Amino acid sequence: MKVLMFGWEFPPKIYGGLAVASYGITKGLSLQGDVETTFCLPKPTGEEEKFLNIINMSQVPIAWRDANYDAIKDRMIGHTAEDYFRFRDHIYADFNYMQGLDDLGCMQFAGGYPGNLHDEINNFSIIAGVLARSEQFDLIHAHDWLTYPAGVHAKMVSGKPLCIHVHATDFDRSRGKVNPTVYSIEKNGMDHADCIMCVSELTRQTVINQYHQDPNKCVAMHNAVYPLSQEYLDIPETRRPEEKVVTYLGRITMQKGPEYFLEAAKRVLDRTHNIRFCFAGSGDMMNAMIDLAANYGIADRCHFPGFQRGKQVYECYKRSDVFVMPSVSEPFGIAPLEAMQCGCPSIISKQSGCGEILDNVIKVDYWDIDAMADAMYSLCTNDSLWKQLSEEGIKEVDRITWEKVGLRIRECYNQLCGRGWFNNGEYLNAVKDIR
Amino acid sequence: MKTICLYFEIHQPVHLKRYRFFDIGTDHYYYDDYENERAITETAERSYIPSLKAMLEMTQTYGKYFKVAFSLSGVAIELLEDYAPEVIELLQDLSKTGCVEFLAEPYSHGLSSIANEDVFKEEVQRQCKKITELFGQTPKVLRNSSLIYSDEIGNLAGMMGFNGMIAEGAKHVLGWKSPHFVYSCAHNPNVSLLLRDYKLSDDISLRFSDSSWSEYPLMSDRYADWIAQLPQDEQVVNLFMELCALGIFQPLSSNILDFFKALPAACKERGIEFATPSEIIGKTKAVAAMDMPEYVSWNDEERDTSCWLGNHMQREAFHKLYQEAGRILACQDRRIKQDWDRIQASNNFRFMTTKPSSVNMYRSFYDSPYDAFTNYMNILGDFIKRVQDLFPIEVENDELNALYTTIHNQGVDIEIYEKEISSLRARLAKLEPKAAPEKKAAPAKKEPTVKKPAPKKEPAKPVPAPKKAAPAKKAEPVKKEAPKKEVATKAVPAKKAPAKKAPAKIAPAKKAEPKK
Repeated sequence: MKVLMFGWEFPPKIYGGLAVASYGITKGLSLQGDVETTFCLPKPTGEEEKFLNIINMSQVPIAWRDANYDAIKDRMIGHTAEDYFRFRDHIYADFNYMQGLDDLGCMQFAGGYPGNLHDEINNFSIIAGVLARSEQFDLIHAHDWLTYPAGVHAKMVSGKPLCIHVHATDFDRSRGKVNPTVYSIEKNGMDHADCIMCVSELTRQTVINQYHQDPNKCVAMHNAVYPLSQEYLDIPETRRPEEKVVTYLGRITMQKGPEYFLEAAKRVLDRTHNIRFCFAGSGDMMNAMIDLAANYGIADRCHFPGFQRGKQVYECYKRSDVFVMPSVSEPFGIAPLEAMQCGCPSIISKQSGCGEILDNVIKVDYWDIDAMADAMYSLCTNDSLWKQLSEEGIKEVDRITWEKVGLRIRECYNQLCGRGWFNNGEYLNAVKDIR
Repeated sequence: MKTICLYFEIHQPVHLKRYRFFDIGTDHYYYDDYENERAITETAERSYIPSLKAMLEMTQTYGKYFKVAFSLSGVAIELLEDYAPEVIELLQDLSKTGCVEFLAEPYSHGLSSIANEDVFKEEVQRQCKKITELFGQTPKVLRNSSLIYSDEIGNLAGMMGFNGMIAEGAKHVLGWKSPHFVYSCAHNPNVSLLLRDYKLSDDISLRFSDSSWSEYPLMSDRYADWIAQLPQDEQVVNLFMELCALGIFQPLSSNILDFFKALPAACKERGIEFATPSEIIGKTKAVAAMDMPEYVSWNDEERDTSCWLGNHMQREAFHKLYQEAGRILACQDRRIKQDWDRIQASNNFRFMTTKPSSVNMYRSFYDSPYDAFTNYMNILGDFIKRVQDLFPIEVENDELNALYTTIHNQGVDIEIYEKEISSLRARLAKLEPKAAPEKKAAPAKKEPTVKKPAPKKEPAKPVPAPKKAAPAKKAEPVKKEAPKKEVATKAVPAKKAPAKKAPAKIAPAKKAEPKK
């Protein structure tokens, strides 16, 4: 089975959770052996793992140029010069009028999330038309709203089933005040899709209710985590019984609900003295939070170490006694799973998608700061609860693997390729043994 | 002739309220009154009242042929008294028919039998007293909370004067043996054991209205047939269940009560009898001793204590709760005693279970086992703080236990002196025939109110025993403790005797405490 996949991020270049999820999904699929994935990226680094075919969208021509094989073969990152010439044979319209074409007739992408994002999305979709004409595939899979137009275009050209993967919706990012342009792109993508994979039931409900999609073509496809590498496993646990650390880790922004964490922290600190609160991350609300902490007179107990990257994240988990994710709306949220891998019990909001597949976490409403404070206090004072959640949490999270996610996605693919349409009820029946 | 032994448990826990850690030290009321009232009235209306009325009817129809046994936990009695006194009245009516036996059980429906012998004894005695007050019969057979049983508990029951216990006929313990015989405790041959037939009991309490069950719909004729067709020598069929089974687990609309009412007639036709546990124990000899070294209960598939003490959290809560048992036994604060009964209830631990089989379990208002644990530990935190405030923190638990033993022993002493006094008085009365009528009457009736004042003053003077030299101040707690301890164990265990002297030396320090 050949899958044409559109994505915006892929490791080693990581901007957010999307890269990790894209990697996990493709890896999970590749483990089945008979799924061949072609992954289209705006700007790959050339250092991606080789278990899939990477297509560099910055080097797919949309205007004919007389290129010399020997001259370009070393310039290619991602796909090869042979691929370039094949793509060149499938240019479907004259795009010479477009600004920014280079000497190979390609559009350059900045990568990441630049200011002219909407232009890039449009260019991405134009290039997808070339790919859809030159490649052979059974199915199209588009990740996140940036690539939906490309997916829809490829479907129009090839007539193959389209599967889109909703990693987040604009309703999550904006607390309900959606950007109409983004909404229209998302809605258009969903309307054309044959199967909508949502990272949680929570997101699935948003898609059904806010984007008015048929529940039968929406499926909750929960993410997973990769086992920790030896390097991270070897990080020593530096928790100290005499002083507990409660950690918030993530962007400090409205969507993540940092103010609820701070309010709960205040309640705990009113009653105790041996607990510290760590706000790891950066974001637009960071200064407001520092200000608020000072206002409450708990600044000496609240620490703001800033953005954590790579290994630092895991060091942070291994130093913390409690991890808190008070998100107001979190489509999935992979951080608690990572914390649990490090043996750090988590408190998450009920508005987080990952809560649907986790039992060994404490779930509270994001606005219920009393419950949140109570849970923090309980984890810091009752060792048995801590131990229970820590030990059982590791066991639980070890059972959540990308391999199983790959099997579930495969089930969707089989339905789509077999008969061209998708039914969630039948899917649920088919995958009930994958646990 | 085959005999059916019917037994129903009546227990409702006192529901705890949402209690946050910042309430610790400021709020000492732990209960959700609304939920308690709602739950108990609902249970009474849907289950207890209709089924007890049905039984009353049955005793009228069948006379002394129909027999049944009940046990009520103390906390449930309190709830019923407050919110559904009709249930108590119905039970009293039933008790008058002579067809009903009441069993003893721990007052709190807690796990004290696993944790602390003294607490357990005290609880059972308190419940027996309550039963005697309400129904005018003293329980002779013990049933532990959720039928928790082990050899040690059986032995303990024997020491407390019970001649029988009821327990679960768990398959992993019985093996090839049948529950349809009377067994005896392995550590104490004087204690007979009645083992629950879980198959026949669950047919009624779990499966009766299940339309996917192969035996559905179950009729009393067929049920009586099953019992009649048991092998010839298997004589006793123990059907033990919660009273909630009639009306709640099996809704009234399933006609469970009609089934139940028709059962005696069906049994009579087939020559099957009914009997209460004491009657069976009285007339049937135990066939063999039953070894049960591990705890067995009637809960879950495992039939053990794992649903209360299966994980770290439950065990920590359990240990924290019983750590302070000594102090609580020694204290006289009524509110603390009442809270102690209520928070001990095993239901509170059940809410914390993380067993996979508990997925769709009823968890009260708790979101998860962790939520239940957090709430319980907050309450326990406050409770323990109150208990510790009663006695200065410097007093070690050992010391306190010693003190408790002293009080206990003095209670026993006082009892002896009282007897002496009454006999002396009787003698005196003979010498002075004039005052005889009043004075003889008092000791004979054993009326504590009349008796108390007398021993209080007198032992202080005439008893020059060395350890009693100081009790001028101490007299107060001793007095109060005394009447309770009268009922308590007659003989003080030998090992406790030496402890008597030790606390006497450091006595002055402690003297002041109880007054605080």
